Parts: sequence; structure tokens; C-alpha cells
Amino acid sequence: MLISQFLLLGAVLFCIGVYGVIARKNAVLVLMSIELILNSVNINLLAFALRHGDTAGQTFALYVIAVAAAEVGVGLALVLLIYRNRRSIALDELSQMKG
Amino acid sequence: MLAATDINIAQQIGFGIIAALMIFSAIKVVTTNNVFHSALWLIVVLAGAAAQYLLLAAEFVAITQVLVYIGAVMVLFLFGAMLTRAQIGKEQGLNNRSWALGIPVALLLLGTLTYVILDTYGEQRLPQPEGGSITTQQVSDSIFGPYLLPFWALSFVLLAATIGAIVLARKD
Repeated sequence: MLISQFLLLGAVLFCIGVYGVIARKNAVLVLMSIELILNSVNINLLAFALRHGDTAGQTFALYVIAVAAAEVGVGLALVLLIYRNRRSIALDELSQMKG
Repeated sequence: MLAATDINIAQQIGFGIIAALMIFSAIKVVTTNNVFHSALWLIVVLAGAAAQYLLLAAEFVAITQVLVYIGAVMVLFLFGAMLTRAQIGKEQGLNNRSWALGIPVALLLLGTLTYVILDTYGEQRLPQPEGGSITTQQVSDSIFGPYLLPFWALSFVLLAATIGAIVLARKD
């Protein structure tokens, strides 16, 4: 296996996730796009772990999974709070903090 | 540089099929007009990622991916979609007005990343994961050895996230 095929897969998933973050208005869908980005990072970490025979890549892939779980928990709690206050989770309507 | 016989055809076919499925599903995640379909396509992407982790000889991370992502995170997403009254069926207004701006940004980023990756790692091969691959025991030694401090920090992150989510989402 070439290392670049895994890195390219990660790059494609990362770019699709970036597109999702830019294009989506629904907050739940933006969080899903962020999950795509975090998964592409994990693929890269594990490819480098195999390439160098080092455990640090797998260790930090596990840490990334844990941080992603925490991020989804807090993110969805925020989304629920916004929905409860405004009856909508369209991100372009949240402009109160605009200067 | 290892010999050309190092390429395993079965691995390549498996990688190709799973990667194509993952990319197709990821595009469906960001383009479909239905929040629930988006969540279900995301499950396909996450399962494909777990399969790629197995190809990369990281079996413990693959199992964790299935347990944490497909088991827990997807349930959270479906709860989030239902609690915010996502419609069952097609829905309008899931995209921004300027959604088309994302396409050139993503393509530019992809072009840059592709160039850099091919320029740096063009023909480098991964070693075949055989007897010398990383075991789960080595990973746990690494977590509870040199990387103990990030592990502690992560415990506090999870604790803070749990308490924060409860505080944010409870009704006063």
C-alpha cells in the first residue's frame, strides 16, 4: 500500500467536510461535517503510525475520537439551547453578536 | 524503498471499494436535503473509516470507532435532529444562500493538499503490517506512559463537557 493513497483519502474527506461547514445552514448538519473533518485527521494519524511503526499515532487517534465525542455533546447541547430560545437552528439568523 | 512485490492486490481492491463508498457517502452527507438521510450516510462514512483503520493495522482504534462513533455519537445526532424538529422527508433551507462559495474553496484546498501529498510521499510504500505491527498492549503502554498527561487533560475535557452539556440543556 502506498502511504499517499490514505493521505489522499483523508484530504478528500477533509475538503468535503470543509465544503459542508461552508455550505450548510442547519447547525446539526454543520456538526456532521465537522465529524467528517475529524475522521480524515484520524486516517492521516493512523497512516503515519503504520509508516513509522510508532504508537503515538494510534494513541492520538484515540484522543481525537474522545475529543470529538465531547465536542458533539457540547455542540448538540448548544444547538438545543438555540432551538429552545429561537425556534430555529439556522446559523445565519444568529447575528446578535455582530458588531 | 521496499520491493514492488510488496503491493498486496487484495488490500488494494479493498481499499479502492471502501474509499469510493466513503467518498460517495461523504458527498451525500453534505448535499442531501434530509437531515436523517444525512445522518444515515454519515454512518456509512464512519463504518468505512473503521474498515480503513483495520487496513492500517489499528484494530483497537477501529473497534473504538465503531463503539464511540456509530454507537454513541450517531445516537446523539439523531436525538439532536429529532429534538430540533427536523422534518421527516425533504426540507428546504438547509443550505446557506452563498453555498456555492464552498465549492471553489474546497476544490482549491483539495488541489493544494493533493499537490503537497504527491510531491512529498509520491511513491513511498507502507510496510506490510505483519508480526511487527503495533499491538493494543503497546498502545496502552503509550497512553499510560509517555502520553499520560494528555490522557489526564482529556479526562477533564470529558468531565467538563458532560457537566457543560447538562447545564446547557436543562430547563430552568
